[in-house]
This record gives sequence, structure tokens and C-alpha cells, in this order.
Amino acid sequence: MAKAKIDLNRVAMPKQEAGARRQNFSEVATGYTAEDAKREASRCIECKARNCVAGCPVAIDIPEFISAVKTGDFTAADEIIKRTNALPGICGRVCPQESQCEAVCTLAKKKAPVAIGRLERFVADWEPGYRLKGSTGAKAPKSCKKVAVIGSGPSGLTCAAELARLGHSVTIFESLHVAGGVLMYGIPEFRLPKTIVQTEINFVRSLGVEIVLNAVAGKTFTIDELFKDGFQAVFLGTGAGLPLFLNIENENAPGVYSANEFLSRVNLMKAYHFPEFDTPLKVGKEVAVVGGGNVAMDAARSAVRLGARVTVVYRRGREEMPARLEEVENAEEEGINFLFLTNPISFQVNDQKWVSGMTCQKMSLGDPDASGRRRPVPVGGSEFTLPCDMAIVALGTRPNPLIARSAPGLAFASAGTVIADESTGLTRKAGVWAGGDIVTGSATVISAMGAGKAAARDIDRYLASL
Amino acid sequence: MYSIISTEELVPRVRVYRISAPRIAKKAAAGQFVILRVDDNGERIPLTIADWDVVEGSVSVVFMEVGTTTTKLSRLKAGDTISDIVGPLGNATEIDNFGTVCLMAGGFATATIMPIARAMKAAGNRVITIVGARNKDLLFWRERLSAVSDELIITTDDGSAGRKGVVTEPIKEMLERGERIDRVIAIGPSIMMKFSALTTKPFGIKTIVSMNPIMIDGTGMCGCCRVSVAGQTRFACVDGPEFDAHAIDWDNFMARQRSYIEEEKRSLEICRCPSG
Repeated sequence: MAKAKIDLNRVAMPKQEAGARRQNFSEVATGYTAEDAKREASRCIECKARNCVAGCPVAIDIPEFISAVKTGDFTAADEIIKRTNALPGICGRVCPQESQCEAVCTLAKKKAPVAIGRLERFVADWEPGYRLKGSTGAKAPKSCKKVAVIGSGPSGLTCAAELARLGHSVTIFESLHVAGGVLMYGIPEFRLPKTIVQTEINFVRSLGVEIVLNAVAGKTFTIDELFKDGFQAVFLGTGAGLPLFLNIENENAPGVYSANEFLSRVNLMKAYHFPEFDTPLKVGKEVAVVGGGNVAMDAARSAVRLGARVTVVYRRGREEMPARLEEVENAEEEGINFLFLTNPISFQVNDQKWVSGMTCQKMSLGDPDASGRRRPVPVGGSEFTLPCDMAIVALGTRPNPLIARSAPGLAFASAGTVIADESTGLTRKAGVWAGGDIVTGSATVISAMGAGKAAARDIDRYLASL
Repeated sequence: MYSIISTEELVPRVRVYRISAPRIAKKAAAGQFVILRVDDNGERIPLTIADWDVVEGSVSVVFMEVGTTTTKLSRLKAGDTISDIVGPLGNATEIDNFGTVCLMAGGFATATIMPIARAMKAAGNRVITIVGARNKDLLFWRERLSAVSDELIITTDDGSAGRKGVVTEPIKEMLERGERIDRVIAIGPSIMMKFSALTTKPFGIKTIVSMNPIMIDGTGMCGCCRVSVAGQTRFACVDGPEFDAHAIDWDNFMARQRSYIEEEKRSLEICRCPSG
């Protein structure tokens, strides 16, 4: 029998056209139709290697779910995914598949990996409309063991879902008025709709997880108090929220925002609906965004949608940008200007003390630094001033100090991150695990989920030993 | 949802609300604050904790009706609910036996100085409290403050109660005549705190102020509450809210406080006439 020819063309993701999407916060990529999904799924050769599963931090049964999509059995596909991943609509949208499952797909060698992320997203989006019943997958009998999960971001939700499935009684404590953490305050609606996040959180609730809002670890309660209240294990998934700044002149001038403030106002507080929503937002006409990661892209693209002309200033080159290529391309299509090899050295203010410009210098790339990327070196005499009436600093974050101040027994690294075992998340404090950005510093949604899952398994073993 | 147990108008446009929040009441200490959200479209605003009751499980906040949130809040009655309240946030006031402590309050900060005065008195200090207001009709809690102060000085801009003048004058005179003051805590509008700092600086008296910047999360995430203190960027929510008054860049702070003046006006107009 002749070998079937493999289609090397991935089914394109339908997207809002750049001119239109600059005017709205609706999702940029509109998602596969059922036909698109079946066509793309049929490209999977169901190879024996199953590299994709190994490439997925939460080990979704990828070939199995794709096979179900091929036959049009989307409900089965959903059940297969949900066995290992409670948050597929989120992962299908924000995971860097190109460097995970899709990178190791057998077809990747022919530069045509199966669009696993798009298929996952399709299945997740199909599910709420067609099958409204609660939890999927068998639940273990009740263990009567109580676990507290601190933080309702990706690591906390994943850890909680996994423990609930194993029969434990899980309570999530969240400091904000809504669950979801960075998925709610950090990632814009046009990349991750908030209804998708809340639908998946409701799925986690349907597994029996209780979520207590407005409860701040280290302020409203301490970890030791949780143990006194009868919790037998604690998972810390509080993320890395504290924004880093450049520490240059006039950086605290009004008009200079941290990306977290700007994105929180927009995403969490819905300031783009001001004044229907009460939280105000100031958006300049000329906005400078400092940084080259996904958060910088999110801030820049949000500002464009709010009517600004935006320049992203990054100290290395386009190749070195940590942002996902897809998001950089989206940003370019949306008219965002990029100044590479450029670094801010001070801000200027007007007579109202509001920011009026950002003085930068050009950089060149020297030898690799500790991060493995070539170190940017200032070019003498290259200073110039970029006029702007707003600047957004997106340099990354580190864990906030509340946990450290309130949990004796935890050990911390110099960057403020919690020291935890790499494979289990166990910290130096008995009965306490940690995972996600609080351990690694700012990273990805999926790596945080992987850590939440690994910790859940270890917590389960620990609870069994009690 | 969190229910309002009682509301009381202290003076026109200034109200104290007791809100049911047992978790917060259990942990509250003088100098801390809460963040609340009135309804689903509401913003998150910080308010200092004016009192708390562990047994009842309540915290009290005092606010002046100035913006959208405080206007919405002022329309609520006992038995109504607000969507969210979180806390206690920020560090508690450092309470110790310093010797003589001078507490200065401007406007409705009289309420927020109250738990600090009580704790300072209980720690064995001689407590001098100076309260400033525009006129006698804006004064409240005089008896309560008297009860925890060794000396209570009132100043009004128009002289309708106490002595005529501003809140910084009595302490200036005390310091000039060589009276010993070991610590000053000033709470009120930014301009009042700035001038309190300027008054005590030449005398080298340690002076603490409670900063009330714009905030969102209040847990060290958004970075909008940053304050320049001795050339360093500090976050009022997790490093404060109290700081050394002599080290603060007041002009920068006041410029930041003005960030949303136009938007706040627009929002308030809509809030005041919902049908329009």
C-alpha cells in the first residue's frame, strides 16, 4: 500500500484583521471551526514516539485527544484532556506550544508540527456549549484530608484540581476579589477572554474545590494558622507579583506605570470600560513600553487599543526577545513600533511633573551573560530622547515580601523566591509545598501548572502517610 | 458580600461605617488599612481602619464623600452589603513607650488617629493630640480623643473652636519653647503631612506619616502606590503605609495623587446622576 502523503500545511488560525482588532478588546484569534479542527487533527500521524506528551509539562494524552477530534467526537476529546488538564481553554491560548509539545512533534522536523494548542483550545471552547454537566473523570473516594492552596493562579488551580480528584478537601485562598491571579489581572481580554478563565475556574469548583476570596496570606492569615485550623498540607502558589523598575531618574513621575498597574487597571478592573466601570485609566497619545517579554507585548497592544501610538524599547535585538514570536508578529501587525538595542537612562517631566520623555541610549551586543544571551553594552554618545506622555515599565517581577515576613521556617533565595525541591515542590517548612512563579521567578502559565501538578502528587503521598 | 452593620454621619459628608468582616477584625492593628469595592463595577479603594471589634467580627472605616466610590458608599444603609473588603493591609504602627508622643490629625483623619492614640496611651506614653479642622462643625470624637490623650489641642482655620490657625502651629510653639517630644505621628491630607514634616525637621524629631496613595491590589503587585523615600522607591501597601516624613519626596507624591483628577470628576458626575 502506498504511504499516505502528509499534508505539511497547518490549518491557519482565523484571526481578526489587524485594522479591526486595533479598535477592540475582543479575542484576536477567533478559533477553529469544527471542520478546521478535524482537518488539522487528521494531520497527526499517530507516531509511536509520542514526543508531544513528553513535551507537555502536564503530560496531556495528546495523540488520544487528537484522534478523538479526527473522528468528530469532541466530547471524548474533552474528557481525555480534562483527565490531565483542568484548564485547557487557558492553555490552548497562552501556552508556548512552539517550544513545548509542538517543538517535539514528529512533523516539526518538516517544519509543520500539528497545531496541538489550537486543537486543545477548540475542544475547550466546544465543551461548555455542548455539555454543561459538571466534573469529568472519576473522583477518588473522600479522604477527609484538608489541604489549603494559597493563590488561585495557574499553579494553585492545577494543584487544587488534582488534589480534589484524589479525594482531598481543598480550599483555595485568594487575595483579590476574583479568582484567577495573573490570568485575570495580567493577560488581556484579547489574548485570554475572562469568561474562559471563569468557566474553567468553575470547572475546578465543580470538582469540590472551595475558593475563599479577599484573603491575603501573611495579613488575613498566616500559614501556621492554617495548620491550627486543621489543614494538613499547604501549597503556596502566590506567584511573583512585585514589579521591577529601572531605578532611573524620574521613574516615579506620574505617567510612568509598572506593566502590572496598567494591565490590572485594564484587565482586572475593566478600565477600558471607564466610566461605566469606576476605575480610571490615563492613556497617553505617545506611549513608550520598556521590555521585550510577553507582558511588554500585552501592555503595548492594550495601549494601542486604547488609542495610543506605541513604541516598544528593548535593550537587545528582535531575535533575543523573550516574548512569543506569534505575539511579536501580532504587535507588529497592529502598528507597534520597535526600537531594538535601546535602553532607557532617565525620564523627563513637564511642569506638571508628568512624564514627557524618555532618554535612551543605543546598545550593542557583547559576550553572552549569565542568561546565555549576549550582554547589551551601551554605545557611547548615542543618547537621544523619545518624547512620550506615558511610559510602561515591563521588566519582570519578583515574589512580593508578604509571604517571607509571615511564614517562619520557609527558606528564600536571594531573588525572594521560595526554595523548594525541583521535582516535588516541597519547601524547607514541614507540610508546605510551593510552585509556580514564587519558586521560579516570572515564567509561563504552563510551567506553573506543571509545578502545581507535581506538588499535588507529592502532597497526596504525604497525606497518605499521615 | 459583606454587610454593613451600622452607619453614622459624624459631620456633613464624613461617615463611619461598621462592616461585618470577622477575619479582618481578628487581625487588625492600629495603623492598618482595608481595601474595599462597593459593587461589581467598583474600583478598589484603600481606607484606614478606624476601629475593630473581634467579638462582633466587625471593622469600622471612616470616609469623606468625595469621589465615586465614597459617594456610592454614602448611599448605603445598615443592612446593605458591599461586594468586597480585604485586609488588614499594611504594617501596623510601631507602638512603644517613646516618652511623649504628639499625634496630629487633619480633617477626618481624626478617626484614624484614634486607635493609635489609644495604643500609645496604653503603652505608657504621654499623649498630646492636636486636631485641626476648617471650623467647629467639622470636629468630631473630641471626648473619645480626650479620654486617650493627656492633652488635646484643637485648631480651626476660622477660630470657631479651639485656637485659630493651622495644626502645625501648636507643635511649633511647643518645640520652640523647648518642650520634649519624642515622636510625632501626623495623619491627614498630603499638604498637612508635608507641613508637619517641615515643622518638625529643624528640631530633629522623628516624625511618622501615614501615606494614602492611589492603590489597586494593596499587596505589592501593581506598584501604583510607590513613594520616593530617601531616594528609594517604596510601596506604601507593603513597606508602609507609615514612613519617615522627613525622607519623603512630597512634591512627587502630590503630583502622583493628582494623576486621575479629570477622570475622577467625570466618573463622579455620572455617579451622581445615574439616569443621565
